[in-house]
Amino acid sequence: MLADIAIELLQLFIVTFGSPLLVGVIRKAKARLQGRRGATIFQPYADIRKLFLKEVVVSENTSWLFRFTPYLLATTMLLSALIVPVLTTRTPLGFMGNIIALMYLFLLGTFFLALAGLDAGSAFGGMGSSREVAIAALAEPTVLIAIFGIALRAETTSLDGIITRFAADPLLMLNAGHLLAFFAFFIVALAENGRLPVDNPATHLELTMIHEAMILEYSGRHLALVEWAAAMKLFVFLTLLSNLFFPWGVALTNAPVVLLAAFLALAVKLLLFAGAIALVETSVAKLRLFRVPELLAGSFTVALLALVTSFFLK
Amino acid sequence: MIIDSTIMLDLLFVTLVCFSAGALGALVTARSPTLARIAGHGGALVGAIAAFAFGVAGIAGWRMELNVPDLLPIGGVALGVDRLSAFFVVVIAVGAIPVALYAIGYTCEYAGKHSLAGMGSAFNVFVAAMILVPLARNVLTFLALWEIMSLASYFLVITEHEREDTLSAGWVYFVMTHAGFAALLLGFLLFAHATGTMSFADWSAAAAKLDPISRNLIFLLLALGFGSKAGVIPLHVWLPRAHPAAPSHVSALMSGVMIKLGVYGLARVAFDWLGVGPVWWGGTMLILGAVSAVLGVLYALVEHDLKRLLAYHSVENIGIILLGLGAAMLFQAHRLESLAALALIAALYHSLNHATFKSLLFMGAGAVVQATHTRNMEEMGGLIKRMPQTAALFLIGSVAIAALPPLNGFISEWLTFQSLLLSFQISAHTVNLIFALGVAALALTSGLAAACFVKAFGITFLALPRSERAEHAREVVKTMRAAMASLALACVILGVAPSLILAPLEATVFDLMGAHADLRFNLNAVVANGGFGWLAPLWLALGLLAFLITIPFALRLLGANKQRRYYETWGCGRALQTTRFEYTATAFANPFKRVFSLLYRPNKELDIEFHPESRYFVRAIAYRNEGRLIFEDALYRPLLRMIESLARKARVLQSGSVHGYLVYILVALVALLILTV
Repeated sequence: MLADIAIELLQLFIVTFGSPLLVGVIRKAKARLQGRRGATIFQPYADIRKLFLKEVVVSENTSWLFRFTPYLLATTMLLSALIVPVLTTRTPLGFMGNIIALMYLFLLGTFFLALAGLDAGSAFGGMGSSREVAIAALAEPTVLIAIFGIALRAETTSLDGIITRFAADPLLMLNAGHLLAFFAFFIVALAENGRLPVDNPATHLELTMIHEAMILEYSGRHLALVEWAAAMKLFVFLTLLSNLFFPWGVALTNAPVVLLAAFLALAVKLLLFAGAIALVETSVAKLRLFRVPELLAGSFTVALLALVTSFFLK
Repeated sequence: MIIDSTIMLDLLFVTLVCFSAGALGALVTARSPTLARIAGHGGALVGAIAAFAFGVAGIAGWRMELNVPDLLPIGGVALGVDRLSAFFVVVIAVGAIPVALYAIGYTCEYAGKHSLAGMGSAFNVFVAAMILVPLARNVLTFLALWEIMSLASYFLVITEHEREDTLSAGWVYFVMTHAGFAALLLGFLLFAHATGTMSFADWSAAAAKLDPISRNLIFLLLALGFGSKAGVIPLHVWLPRAHPAAPSHVSALMSGVMIKLGVYGLARVAFDWLGVGPVWWGGTMLILGAVSAVLGVLYALVEHDLKRLLAYHSVENIGIILLGLGAAMLFQAHRLESLAALALIAALYHSLNHATFKSLLFMGAGAVVQATHTRNMEEMGGLIKRMPQTAALFLIGSVAIAALPPLNGFISEWLTFQSLLLSFQISAHTVNLIFALGVAALALTSGLAAACFVKAFGITFLALPRSERAEHAREVVKTMRAAMASLALACVILGVAPSLILAPLEATVFDLMGAHADLRFNLNAVVANGGFGWLAPLWLALGLLAFLITIPFALRLLGANKQRRYYETWGCGRALQTTRFEYTATAFANPFKRVFSLLYRPNKELDIEFHPESRYFVRAIAYRNEGRLIFEDALYRPLLRMIESLARKARVLQSGSVHGYLVYILVALVALLILTV
């Protein structure tokens, strides 16, 4: 019991406090690739701290929903940290939900954030909300279907179960469906987290913003929560990507040594993905907004192909 | 445990007496609109509560039978109850109880303009007929009740008969419902002819001996009839017209409850009367479900009439129910009974859930319409400050219908997902492909539904009021809010404690299929197929609650700044914020319009009138961006044209001469005599 609580707290701790670091690493890698020195990898912590210490300025037009949303958003991310196998496949609270529940939890956050974007009554917020839900409406199903593609091969939709199965029998992953699912998931992970080529997290030009436009009215601790939640979402997505598709190193027992190894393996995998994202973001330009659906529809089709393959090749 | 009980008969009797009293009471008190609306809907309220008790007892295993041979020709009135019937009685009552309470306050809008006596008594007849339809045990009883239900709802739809669009909506409904009725009649008569009995009880035994051609034909006809009532695409055209035109409490019942009787019929046909069918039955059902779900939500997305938007979502949700129903049929065709039971549980659960949140949302929409006197979302906004409780309740309904945790829509969609995914146990590639498309459709639907309700709630309730009417909106009366609150509570309970309803559902489905569902559940968790899928709704809800409470405390403890200052919305340097800066519903839906332009086929027109002196000054801009409805254009218009030309040809028969008509009668008589001999 006590060990279970300790493991969940450990996962929570890693996601909560590791996520700003992940963002910092991506920024640093990007800066280096672009020939800049860049800020220290700990800069996001400083940013969040600064925002927490500033007062909140709220638009007069907003309702309680606007003030409630940052807390709900952070809640959904923290809850997901309890469900996702970050270090171990024996997450004590993993039974709370499978992959479907996880994706719908993310959708819950997006739903409220998009509503909050409309709440202030500015054109920017509405524009951001509209674009964000348009992207999410295509991206969330893609993630779901891509994971179903590999879930059917593992014959379970539980995240712990999928990883356990693949770790026990890695040859299961050697097929076209897996590759297709990975490809679809990776593209959509970029879209869902507001990264290039779909959205630019560093932009401050209103007309090209998506996520940033939606949260334009937020300030102070609200903004800190929203930014932190975004970082956690990126962290959870990349963790899923690393652990579902590359299950090596994920702890199958909860022995301390194994957990330590799992932590190191996760760190290496995340570092590689951070590098990959930095590489993508320096080498591609942002897509025109109305080209984005083509990209997403493409990855939706790829995910569907992955699902069909795993139905057919069993 | 089956208990034959006179208590059941008593309950049914009480139910009917209450509805009759309501119907008559409304007529007797016609002089006073206030009394008429209290008597009419009060009677319905008590009747619906009695019906709820009846349904719950029926699910618990209590039985009754009622035969009145002389009331109707050929078999008389025959009523009975089994678990499936009882479950649908519960679904109807769950919708009807709050709606009747709501109607007491809501209909005061109509006082002086329309006959509240007529509305009240038609309402009672409508609800009573709906409750009795699943209890019918022979053909004539069923058809008579079905027709009474359709007619009563038709009269309720055309309440505002002074409006041209209401009348035309009513007309479309009238025609579609009777086309469906004709299909049902034909199907039932064929069935009765082939089996030699009009009594439903004997059908399932006799159906096995039918030859495949008449079996398929009967299935098609009955599916057509029930599908048109359910609003399955492409038989949905009446739904987005009739539901918004009706008064909101009637829309709530039609959308939340009445269309479920189509689902009841389909379930009866597929799992009781006709029994296990060929693979294509289930395949067709699943594909129709997938198409209805995706197209229903896509049409809803570009709709800015709040009630029509909700009506299109009914098409979507019927699609989700059909995904479960079709999956159950396919599993059954492949002899995977425990998975079939799981899929059917998902479908029935979603039927109940849809009754709760759709009735809630339509009542919310009715409250908004009453407060703003418009259904156009572009004229709303800012209502969360003017009607805070209605807004909060509508938000709960929106979260539920968008299938987000921890509310009820999520549970039934989760179950549907599980049953669709478990189809990997079937080894037939075509069937697998159909299931894969079903999974994709359901995933896409859920994403789009969430987007649509961001629009529906955001544009209607948030930001600044977009019109004078929204500016002066006021909260609705307490009874209306109480009615909505009770359904919101139901959405929460059905969402966090699914085991409460899964146990009776499992018993219902067991009665129908003789197999236990591949599902284990208790208050802690729901487990499908021995660990294929896990879900712990109560824990999820508690987890959400725990973090929501701790985060603010943790922030305070860590010394986050507590100050809050109110200031105007940042506007990129513009001087004053007006509502014209707000994002509109049209603008919000535009990305979807572009992405799915293949479906909407928008005709965009932009006329700019420049100032005569200089093209740098614009005098007026006219912008039109209307979608076309492909089913109306491609299916119904040609069909109507064909019927019209046939009718024109048939007009030759109508010569106007009495002698000619006498000849017709003679010919018909002789023909009949020859046929019967």
